[in-house]
Amino acid sequence: MTSQHPEQQAEQAADQLPAHAEEERRDQPIARTGMFGAKTTGDTSGYGKLVIRQSPKVSSPRPYGGPRTTGAEGEFDEIANELERAYPEFGEAIERVVVDRGELTLVIRREHLAQVAQVLRDDPKLRFELCTGVSGVHYPADTGAELHAVYPLLSMTHNRRVRLEVTCPDADPHVPSLVAVYPTNDWHERETYDFFGIVFDGHPALTRIMMPDDWQGHPQRKDYPLGGIPVEYRGAKVPPPDERRSYV
Amino acid sequence: MTATDYDAYGTGEATEGTVYNVGGQDWDQIVDAAASGDEDRMVVNMGPQHPSTHGVLRLILTLDGETVDEARLGIGYLHTGIEKNMEYRTWTQGTTFCTRMDYLAPLFNEASYCLAVEKLLGVTDDIPERAQVIRVMMMEVNRISSHLVAIATFGLELGATTVMLNGFIEREYALDIFEMVAGLRMNMAYIRPGGVAQDLPPGAIDKIGDFVKREKQRLKQLRKLLDANPVFVARTKDIAYLDLTGCMALGVTGPVLRAAGLPWDLRKTQPYCGYETYEFDVPTVQTCDVYGRYLVRMAEMEESLKIIEQCLDRLSSGSAKSGPVMIEDKKIGWPAQLALGPDGMGNSPNHIAHIMGQSMEALIHHFKLVTEGFRVPAGQVYAAVESPRGELGCHAVSDGGTRPFRVHFRDPSFTNLQAAPAMSEGGQVADIIAAVASIDPVMGGVDR
Repeated sequence: MTSQHPEQQAEQAADQLPAHAEEERRDQPIARTGMFGAKTTGDTSGYGKLVIRQSPKVSSPRPYGGPRTTGAEGEFDEIANELERAYPEFGEAIERVVVDRGELTLVIRREHLAQVAQVLRDDPKLRFELCTGVSGVHYPADTGAELHAVYPLLSMTHNRRVRLEVTCPDADPHVPSLVAVYPTNDWHERETYDFFGIVFDGHPALTRIMMPDDWQGHPQRKDYPLGGIPVEYRGAKVPPPDERRSYV
Repeated sequence: MTATDYDAYGTGEATEGTVYNVGGQDWDQIVDAAASGDEDRMVVNMGPQHPSTHGVLRLILTLDGETVDEARLGIGYLHTGIEKNMEYRTWTQGTTFCTRMDYLAPLFNEASYCLAVEKLLGVTDDIPERAQVIRVMMMEVNRISSHLVAIATFGLELGATTVMLNGFIEREYALDIFEMVAGLRMNMAYIRPGGVAQDLPPGAIDKIGDFVKREKQRLKQLRKLLDANPVFVARTKDIAYLDLTGCMALGVTGPVLRAAGLPWDLRKTQPYCGYETYEFDVPTVQTCDVYGRYLVRMAEMEESLKIIEQCLDRLSSGSAKSGPVMIEDKKIGWPAQLALGPDGMGNSPNHIAHIMGQSMEALIHHFKLVTEGFRVPAGQVYAAVESPRGELGCHAVSDGGTRPFRVHFRDPSFTNLQAAPAMSEGGQVADIIAAVASIDPVMGGVDR
């Protein structure tokens, strides 16, 4: 297991071919600019014009290996093969497969999510009978797929884990609900709706769960400020955490 | 008090039925009014400030006499935005936040988070053995203290203050250990990415040894008090039934699942921190009821004592007798250079003397690590530990920066609490207390 993310490895490999890298990088959306979080004062650091572009999306090639094996066929290939057998539209449904840090992620097109989950749960060779919820992630720089929903699945029968990931654009934040397949996702989907504004179509009662019902906005999104007030400490003002110098 | 059209919360008229406002000392009037009314069912708000709801939990019960027709749960009263806050702190500072989620099991929160960060860094195999053994030992002491509170509050909610007092007394001994080792009784942020914050102080091994000896006796006494107590058994046996199918569908893990007969324990099935090298059993029962969950918790505490003994052997004379408690890599290894003072954890005078008086480079390094933190390669991982309440998972996402891009905790209390209606609908009002208590939700973890 290497400590580097495939995206970073790809980035570093590309860096060794400077002429080529420049072209490829220019196509990627801008992830962030500048440094230290200073936006309103003059740039004395020289880092103000720094432009960081998002690294290209990767998909791992076969063989996928397993949690402890790389470079040879392993548990992850078995999962992919069985899913391909049990769900013929595999090629269409799976956008990318990412193997990283001993974990398998299937990036699924949202139309297919419910069927894939059903197959993963019911097929005796797969049998991912436990879904440990859903976690939303907001990537503002990932244009057209800003909101991600991540489902870690667990097969107690085979003692394996797999992660499903679906994306949806900010303009159309809809993802099919998995409550019919995994009833445990009821509260989890409400939580993700509450914090990210992802609408889970087919959820029996998609309402806020943590925030008050009349709350405005979805707090875990990156465009939602943390808030806070400056605190005075020994005569000096300490700004709230989201306004302090940062080293992003 | 009468049936009135006045609504104390100013939300206007109820859409249907009569609203009863309770001001205290007026139960007879309410009962009379309800009895003379023409409605079969009554909606009762239980909580969020109710002594028997195990925390700031609101139960909205539709009652038909004493029978619960429908139970709904209102949560969110303890939401503190821990996950959002962690996005604005360094990876190391994150432990200080997540330790406050499930406040009865702080070390498990830290462990799941730190295992996720270590997986992201790719240093899982580089954590020193002594640190791993200390982690396991502290987690098992924490498991005992958490289960003791579970059983203590359980007794209290059923009306038995003896159980409550005994449970809390024993928990004090566990908290004394935390205070001695980590400097704090709760929310200690002791497990850090890369190891633990501080090596065991002198005398800790003896103190924990005494604790094990004491608890062996005390757990026996607690069993004598409860195991065959007719009142306790009547309130718990065949109550809040949830079988394996129900547990799987609702994602229930931990003692509730093991009381349904499935020996699923992540310490055995997907070991972390070296749990595969310890000898212990996973207790199960087949009863699917509240009494079974109590038995599982009791047996788990006894197993934890076995694990602690094995840890003590390794720490005092075995393979982990000496050695570092923080990863060798100095770019990650802050802030192990802290010292335990009489007022808790603080700066180490030796370290301060070194960076201020001897080494300019050490000062620069210290400054960079403390203010900027370390960078974590981009990617996402999921790391899970077996907390006293079930699978506690941490989904951590990094964008390559010095702060988490997103951290999400799959808290077992949150997930298991969903099962409360399935356990209690159709039963008696009094049994919903037993049902919720047997899930042992900690609202700090539920709401985060």
